[in-house]
Amino acid sequence: MATLDSIQDILNQVEETGKPFWEIVLDYDMEERQVSREQSINKMLYTFKTMQEAAESYTGTRKSVSGLVGGDGLKMRQYAQSGQAITDGFISEVIIEALSMAESNACMCRIVAAPTAGACGVMPAVLLPLYRRNDYSEQQILEALYVACGIGAVIATKASIAGATGGCQAEIGTASAMAAGALVNLRGGSNQQIGHAVAIAIKNLMGLVCDPVAGLVEVPCVKRNVIGALNAVSAADMALAGIESRIPVDEVIDAMGEVGRRMPVEFRETALGGLAATPTGKAVKKRMFNQTNN
Amino acid sequence: MDIFDMLGPIMVGPSSSHTAGAARIGNMVRALLGEEPVKAAIHLHGSFAETGSGHGTDRAILGGLLGFKPDDLRIPKAFDEAKSAGLSYEFDTVSLRDAHPNTAVVEVWNASDRHITVQACSLGGGRIMVNKIDGIDVNFNGEYNTLIVRSQDEHGTVAAVTSILNQMQINVANMSLCRHKRGGDTLMVIETDQHIKGQYVAFMRDLPGVLSLTYYDKEEEVFDGNT
Repeated sequence: MATLDSIQDILNQVEETGKPFWEIVLDYDMEERQVSREQSINKMLYTFKTMQEAAESYTGTRKSVSGLVGGDGLKMRQYAQSGQAITDGFISEVIIEALSMAESNACMCRIVAAPTAGACGVMPAVLLPLYRRNDYSEQQILEALYVACGIGAVIATKASIAGATGGCQAEIGTASAMAAGALVNLRGGSNQQIGHAVAIAIKNLMGLVCDPVAGLVEVPCVKRNVIGALNAVSAADMALAGIESRIPVDEVIDAMGEVGRRMPVEFRETALGGLAATPTGKAVKKRMFNQTNN
Repeated sequence: MDIFDMLGPIMVGPSSSHTAGAARIGNMVRALLGEEPVKAAIHLHGSFAETGSGHGTDRAILGGLLGFKPDDLRIPKAFDEAKSAGLSYEFDTVSLRDAHPNTAVVEVWNASDRHITVQACSLGGGRIMVNKIDGIDVNFNGEYNTLIVRSQDEHGTVAAVTSILNQMQINVANMSLCRHKRGGDTLMVIETDQHIKGQYVAFMRDLPGVLSLTYYDKEEEVFDGNT
């Protein structure tokens, strides 16, 4: 019986069975949903295709209902193409993809929640640019996606993946950890390195509050997808370079859970604190409330 | 835990609770009515009332009533879709006591003016809970096949229904029974592991003491890997 109780728990099963990390997660899915190996893989493949379609359908012309969000992915792409960007190449692609996908979500397009709708830009932002360059096969991407799911499941069990429970660290932080682990797996890093990448990614976003303006998944959510993605890239590279997290990954996840539980309710998706409570944030809320009730 | 809750659901944005869950509430109400709705009055409570417009909660519930799943790209255009489908609708906000912040009360009518009122809430991640049907407390989430039986508060009705389930070798996962008042209407909610065939549903509907019976067949997944 495969389990996803902690990262160490997964690593123990890797040791016992001789199977790679991603197959432990695949086994878990087959047992949990009572599906065949083929059914599980087909569903993951469909999920990845949907992610690709969502990215391709971005035009940059749509606006969210509030009008606060839309067009920044396109703006960033044009800037990057001009050759003026400080970041270039892969990192520019990551920023563009994270903005675009998160905007698509805000503009009611079809997306894959990863792990939440508000954080849906992080995973595709790191995976799609690599896949487009044909650096990796579909099978390799699939394996990375299973690794990401395993990491997400551990965090959901030990801490939380909901902004209302654990703040933004639980959403963007978890997405970033999933993406970091997926990248290490793609690059052929060790299972220990996956653990270090996850730990580093979570540590660097710990304490991030969920303070959406007017309660909408727009400001600051769209741009936080960028930091989640860039954080994942740097955490993965650090882990692959042999840099280790001094605090073991499962202890980091527990700490993140504790920070979430002790976070004031104003900073857990209630739109009562942080950016939502600024004069501008409050004005947007008032405007949206009038729109709803007219 | 379903690992596809980590990569998924596949949905129309922006919010799994305020958009995907809202669409599922609409789907559920449509299933409970059992027929095409022609009129709807949708009352939004709490966070649904405050941020519903910006999250497309209104369009998602309406889209759900039209049968759109949470990933259906017609959801953003649900107002127009409702018009062309002949579904008239109105929205307002309500303040309910002791209700989850993401709650909607949805009244729907079919062409022959049959009417139901459903109170349901969205729990996050696209998961929902039905709290009341026509004012009677219930608690089910649509993750099982669900039989909702309204009957007179008389002895024997529970035994009659469950003995039929037994004959069909259908296992009851969860079950609840609530009555309005002694001798009044009773609402029985039975969640089952197996699907119940239409002919058996019709048979149970004709049992003595049964006033009405609704069957909700577990929502098929967007993609279950079978094709």
